[in-house]
Amino acid sequence: MLVLIRYPYVTGTSVVGIKYKDGILLAADTGASYGSTLRYKSVERIKAIGKHSLLGASGEISDFQEILRYLDELIIYDDMWDDGNSLGPKEVHNYLTRVMYNRRNKFNPLWNSLVLGGVKNGEKYLGTVNMIGVHYEDNHVATGFGNHLARPILRDEWKEDMSFEDAVKLLEKCMLVLLYRDRSAINKMQIAKITEEGTTVYPPYSLKTFWGFSAFANPTKGAEGSW
Amino acid sequence: MFRNQYDTDVTTWSPAGRLFQVEYAMEAVKQGSAAIGLRSKTHVVLASVNKSNSDLSSHQRKIFKIDDHIGVAIAGLTADGRVLSRYLRSECINHSFTYESPLPVGRLVVQLADKAQVCTQRSWKRPYGVGLLVAGLDESGAHLYYNCPSGNYFEYQAFAIGSRSQAAKTYLERKFESFTAASREDLIKDALFAIKETLQGEKLTSSICTVAVLGVGEPFCILDQKTVHEYIEALELKEEEAGDQGATMQEDPSSEAAPMDI
Repeated sequence: MLVLIRYPYVTGTSVVGIKYKDGILLAADTGASYGSTLRYKSVERIKAIGKHSLLGASGEISDFQEILRYLDELIIYDDMWDDGNSLGPKEVHNYLTRVMYNRRNKFNPLWNSLVLGGVKNGEKYLGTVNMIGVHYEDNHVATGFGNHLARPILRDEWKEDMSFEDAVKLLEKCMLVLLYRDRSAINKMQIAKITEEGTTVYPPYSLKTFWGFSAFANPTKGAEGSW
Repeated sequence: MFRNQYDTDVTTWSPAGRLFQVEYAMEAVKQGSAAIGLRSKTHVVLASVNKSNSDLSSHQRKIFKIDDHIGVAIAGLTADGRVLSRYLRSECINHSFTYESPLPVGRLVVQLADKAQVCTQRSWKRPYGVGLLVAGLDESGAHLYYNCPSGNYFEYQAFAIGSRSQAAKTYLERKFESFTAASREDLIKDALFAIKETLQGEKLTSSICTVAVLGVGEPFCILDQKTVHEYIEALELKEEEAGDQGATMQEDPSSEAAPMDI
């Protein structure tokens, strides 16, 4: 039996997603690292899927591109029925879960952590699935470092039916923390929103950073044994 | 239809552009015992006549649950119907597993029709000898389809297939405009009345018919005999009150079992 697990080469870092009043907001930076080198700085890691969904990916970028091809085919065949039915975010998420889990069982995973968000018939949906097939839905999800740095913020500060402006501010707060603390993060990010009306992937922009914190001056002060 | 030199296999056209084997398959549907379906905006009701060969044997099953949101009633070669029901169940459950979402009826019906079409274009196959009334619920509401051995499918507000189905169709044609807004109870009573029409004077009892309902918030289920009996009683009460306006007078009430439910 062939053991095919290898390691990722070109990777994207965290994706964060939250539900808000009109739909879902996703955020991710536009960087792709080659090991410890910040190799590519203009990579779109959030894409629209069909009419009702948005997909954000972290992990191996080439595997993300492969997933986009799978989904492209899925959406095309769905459209070809031409019968008024269409795949919603829940269906896409579960399809992806099956793909990821089946690959994992063959020891040949798609090395990604995915965030799938969308709105259909007024119902908001936000879920995540990763390379080992673990999947769940929630009001806010994140991948990678986002789970450790962003989600605690979201647990405290997310609330139901936030306005677009408040939701963006909250996401920016999360992305700022990730920018300070995640070595693979870059200061160029994209926000994407999806509502009943449709999807919008906003052009990349940068966050304003401040490095004059006194804690940054003496970073190891108070850490016993550190230098 | 008479025998002719173009009816030996399904891949032979007649000069008039007909495939006789396919038409003979549709005859098999006409000879099976009746099945009817009707729908409102929110519910679909299927009903069938279940005659058994003798008092010693059990009734043949003609209504099948395919999924919580889809059911079928068949007329014709019930063995073919059983096999197709298994296929439909398989398709539904595979879809549910992959997408965590019910398969839209419209798509299932097309898949079934395509499967039937294959059998009209292979020299080593024969058409399925069964007609299916597919009742289902999806995002766009309640639906009733009829799938033919020819591979055609049609959507209906109400329909009847099998022997003496014309009597039921006549009744349904008179009343179908009221079905869209009808309540669940009225829909069931209309279904039973239509079944009664196909019996041509024979007494309608809960032991010779099966009724199944499907609706918004109500997964497909076959009503038990007791419930059907109560509906029949309510129907007869309504008839007595209204004074026999709906029932047709039959010259010679036949009591033989519907032929060819093989």
